[in-house]
Amino acid sequence: MNPTFLFILITVIKVVVIVHIFMFILSYLTWAERKLLGHIQARLGPKNVGPFGLLQPIADGIKLLFKEDIIPAQANKILFVIAPVLSFIPALIVFAVIPFGDKVTLFGQEIDLIISDINVGLLYIFAITALGVYGIAIAGWASNSKYSLLGGLRSMAQMISYEVSYTLSIVGILMLAGSLSLVDIVKMQDSFWHMFIFKQPLAFLIYLICGIAETNRAPFDLPEAETELVAGFHTEYSSMKFGMFSIAEYANVVNVSAIATTLFLGGWQGPYLPPVVWFLLKMSAFLFLFIWLRATLPRFRYDQLMKFGWQVLLPLALLNILITAVIMII
Amino acid sequence: MFEQYFPIFVLVTVVTIMALGMLVLSHLLGRKKGTKRKLMPYECGIEPEEDARQRFPVKFYLVALMFIVFDIEVVFLYPWAVIYKQLALFGLIEMGIFILILMVGYVYILKKGALKWE
Amino acid sequence: MGTIFFFVLAAVSVISAILIVAQKNAVASALYLIVTLCSQAMLYLLLGASFLAVIQIIVYAGAIMVLFLFVIMLLNLRRDEFGPDKKKIQRVLAFALGAVWLIQVVAVIKLGLSKMSLSPVTPEAALETGSVQTIGKSLFTEYLYPFEITSILLLVAILGSIVLAKKKI
Repeated sequence: MNPTFLFILITVIKVVVIVHIFMFILSYLTWAERKLLGHIQARLGPKNVGPFGLLQPIADGIKLLFKEDIIPAQANKILFVIAPVLSFIPALIVFAVIPFGDKVTLFGQEIDLIISDINVGLLYIFAITALGVYGIAIAGWASNSKYSLLGGLRSMAQMISYEVSYTLSIVGILMLAGSLSLVDIVKMQDSFWHMFIFKQPLAFLIYLICGIAETNRAPFDLPEAETELVAGFHTEYSSMKFGMFSIAEYANVVNVSAIATTLFLGGWQGPYLPPVVWFLLKMSAFLFLFIWLRATLPRFRYDQLMKFGWQVLLPLALLNILITAVIMII
Repeated sequence: MFEQYFPIFVLVTVVTIMALGMLVLSHLLGRKKGTKRKLMPYECGIEPEEDARQRFPVKFYLVALMFIVFDIEVVFLYPWAVIYKQLALFGLIEMGIFILILMVGYVYILKKGALKWE
Repeated sequence: MGTIFFFVLAAVSVISAILIVAQKNAVASALYLIVTLCSQAMLYLLLGASFLAVIQIIVYAGAIMVLFLFVIMLLNLRRDEFGPDKKKIQRVLAFALGAVWLIQVVAVIKLGLSKMSLSPVTPEAALETGSVQTIGKSLFTEYLYPFEITSILLLVAILGSIVLAKKKI
């Protein structure tokens, strides 16, 4: 077979399979979240659809598809429809550069367990994450509703404020690794004590906090503070358009967890178990943390949030770079 | 180049098709019974007054500007960090001066209270 | 393959650029501008300049356009507030300046290309030049002075924005 054709064929199959696995993880993350939140709050969570409520995500998806698709009369129709797509696409293409396993051999073909190892991998992640703001901005503006606009504005301001410290916190790792490729960064953390979490503990904390704020999750879920803003930027959205915002949110949670795993916990590397299992285990730990925090912490106030981002995290992130730089010279 | 970016191109295509598919499916499957009241913007049951698109505080604009400034700083920091091992002390000093000048601006903003939200 | 991609991207960037000015809705214009910027980033990618491509998206499409959107929402121009301009001189002047600019571009391309010697570069060499390492090295050694001056520029931007918005903070 023609090698170029074979490459294209393998790529297309690989991408389709990975996207489906990703969607599967997302839908079961919603199940896990409801189940865990339920048990933390001394409830049972979903239990009626299938054993342990395991078919709940599928039921939810079907329900969303059949719901009435409302477009408010005063909304800007085209932009209103485009907004969820603009949120959905960036959230689902970020993971392209994250390695989730070593090479495997299938049907005599050597396949890398990563969609693409590009030499500017980390910057790709930040570039795509930065584009995620627009879905929210456009949704808030196009709805032509006061709650939506306020929620959208708040979300935007919050996301860009925390994006600065989010990107700055990684610089320390880059200095140690000397590469922007996530594959290289994983390879450098080849044993337990070589994991970057031990060399960059401060960066890890900053990254995690900013990651939670970036995804608009509790305790930073201000844009969706029900008591003041109803549902924030997606107040006017119903049916699958609301579903797409929801998928995008969960996809971002998975992305942040996967990136944290890759950068700080050595990615897929680990003893005994197969690499993919290690990757999923480490990622699940972060996902659990996300849900746990949501069940435990009260919401920030908006002024506290902005102050914390600009006056605490930003100087700390810069300090971390300075410390790393000085230590590396000595 | 082709081998590196073609998979991402495929991924973007697949995801876009999925997004459009969801929009079309929910449009076809969902019931459509929009009444005048249902299509009004949600305002807790009260008749909406005035246009939703009011002018909002200039602070949001300031935050966006700060974001650009620090984003550009980050863009400089990335290549610097990647080759820091080769630059060593020289690199520390030159980036130190760069950030110090920016910090003057940062302190000025804080002193002016531009990032304070009451 | 590369040629097909080039023409598709070039078409996308030109068409969306035209749509920016053809739109009445300022937010839609901003979205088309983002499309233009992203397609340009992909053109850089075709040339092997991967670093420049992501920077284009991070800084222009990701940061500066957020500011644009904020400003558009901040001013909140209604449809009737910026209908077609009624001043005739403005239109005539716009066309005249546009024509002058077009002639200039054509002239530069026609005259410039004949005098410039463009030696073909291998794809490997292009990748090497466009990599983060190479750009970092030349930026922080050869172009050290311009780099430091940039910080002054950014400082002025900070001060300027505060002075403009200062009235009541």
